Amino acid sequence: MHAIEKILAKAAGLSSITTGEIINCKVDLAGINDLYLQTILSFYEMGGKKVFDPKKIIVFLDHYAPASTIAQAENQKQFREFCWDQGIDLLMDIDQGVCHQIIADKGLAQPGMVVVVTDSHTTTHGAFGAFGTGVGATDLAIILMTGQLWFRVPEIIRINLEGQLPKGVYAKDIILDIIGKVGADYAVYKAVEISGSVLTQLSVSERMTLCNMTTEMGAKASYIQPDEITFSYLKERASQEYEVFTTDPGYQYTADLTFDVSELKPQIAAPHSVDNVSSIAQFIGTPVNQAYLGSCTNGRVDDLAIAAKILKGKKIHPRTRFIVVPASKSVLLEAINKGYVQTLIEAGATFVTPGCASCLGTHEGLLAPGEVCITATNRNFPGRMGSNKANIYLGSPAAVAAAALEGEIVNPAGYLNEER
Amino acid sequence: MVEVVRGNAFLFGPNIDTDQIYPGRFLDITDPIEIGKHAMEGVVPDFCEKFKTGDIIVASTNFGCGSSREHAAVALKAIGIGAVLADSFGRIFYRNAINLGIPLVVCPNIDKHVKQGDILTVDITTGNLVNETTGITIKAQPLTGYVMSILQNGGIKSLIKSQYGQ
Ligand code: SF4
Repeated sequence: MHAIEKILAKAAGLSSITTGEIINCKVDLAGINDLYLQTILSFYEMGGKKVFDPKKIIVFLDHYAPASTIAQAENQKQFREFCWDQGIDLLMDIDQGVCHQIIADKGLAQPGMVVVVTDSHTTTHGAFGAFGTGVGATDLAIILMTGQLWFRVPEIIRINLEGQLPKGVYAKDIILDIIGKVGADYAVYKAVEISGSVLTQLSVSERMTLCNMTTEMGAKASYIQPDEITFSYLKERASQEYEVFTTDPGYQYTADLTFDVSELKPQIAAPHSVDNVSSIAQFIGTPVNQAYLGSCTNGRVDDLAIAAKILKGKKIHPRTRFIVVPASKSVLLEAINKGYVQTLIEAGATFVTPGCASCLGTHEGLLAPGEVCITATNRNFPGRMGSNKANIYLGSPAAVAAAALEGEIVNPAGYLNEER
Repeated sequence: MVEVVRGNAFLFGPNIDTDQIYPGRFLDITDPIEIGKHAMEGVVPDFCEKFKTGDIIVASTNFGCGSSREHAAVALKAIGIGAVLADSFGRIFYRNAINLGIPLVVCPNIDKHVKQGDILTVDITTGNLVNETTGITIKAQPLTGYVMSILQNGGIKSLIKSQYGQ
């Protein structure tokens, strides 16, 4: 069996499971975002009174942090009252940041766990060896009532990453390159394991970027076998004992791909789909109105560090605005301590409160018709960050910061002195 | 549950994501009727004016990919969608729509056999699909198992309510 199957089997109380089987799994951590008031509405519609276990439920007021319409404020108010009524202590209010980053900061996703959030990028927690998957409001309401949810045991794809990452090339470039090659629907209903020697060159933050973006190839969940890098990250954060599962030798993957990253160039996903990917060379000189650094994909301390490195002592282009959104409160505090915030503000960055901001086109940095944005987020669908007549290019934090500096898309490698 | 759905086809391409089915700027709305007014607005701004209750969406691959927003399914339910037929569906949208009792039918290459405005009849229990406009018969995947029992109960809420309602 694969480690993912062992996690699911344990959660379902079964000794073995087979691909395609529908099983009912216990959920270890269930998260709700402020977009999904429907979760609470569905809970009551189904006759719910008390949640199954208030300690396993976490509520995030992140997408609308802080509220910018009365309707958003009303939704958040109802969430707070629900938490207070139900004894849910893990209410992550508007000061905390994006759901997936909070889970990571607090070490709440651990190897062997089943993590379900009302958010498609819950695949992020595969970076910790957890089974993380996104669902909608009514599915999450069922978990609130029963502590369980039905899943189809997925086929599993393995993606091996080999070689040595070149300067100016990051996890974001790796995953964009792969999505461009396999397509946006390659892994629909399936799980994706990422393995290979490149993982030892990647921090937990970059592993999260990889796992986060498997959603954009349709994946249901992702997985990285926990190792020393995982354990040392969790040591400072997780109090609980966790169980690490491993894949049996000879497990038959439904597909087994290998990518050598040694020759990889920085990548860009051009409008209007995440799999519309080419080397950045194709886009050099494209003027940008807005550069955006943030989100659960690339709003972490090392992402801000790269931007600070590129922009230290410089000024962004006068016709470009640069929006920076630290993914969480702890990211913001650490970036302040390390001086990145000062550097970026002096260079002309506009800081927005930790949260989802305009990653999903609701507030704080929307695009006008005809505008162009380069962003370190994960989606460039029409209208994703404002007008559906705007053009969104996805790239690495380095590509974003270098574009902010020049006012057009450039190859970031030339702006970084040392290796990686 | 309606087993045989008949309606006009509205044709869409591949990778229609939930931002296009239901744009993010309307996510703070909670009333289903109001949510319905923005159905498909990200692709066809006046979709709701052309759509009639019972009509059918036909799409290529990966319909409903992207964000997990249930609003996308709520919007289609609210306008009285007859069914959605597609080559394949985004996983979370699939769950959301089935949970709400919307028949989603997987039908390989369906977009090649249907034109905008064709009248279709589909039996969701057998997967038999007739394009009345062209006379072509197509075989889609029938709905079975747990998915079918959710639809037969009019959605998962009534199913769960009968099992667990406290
Ligand atoms: S940062 Fe963007 S992708 Fe991540 S949870 Fe928020 S809206 Fe979704």
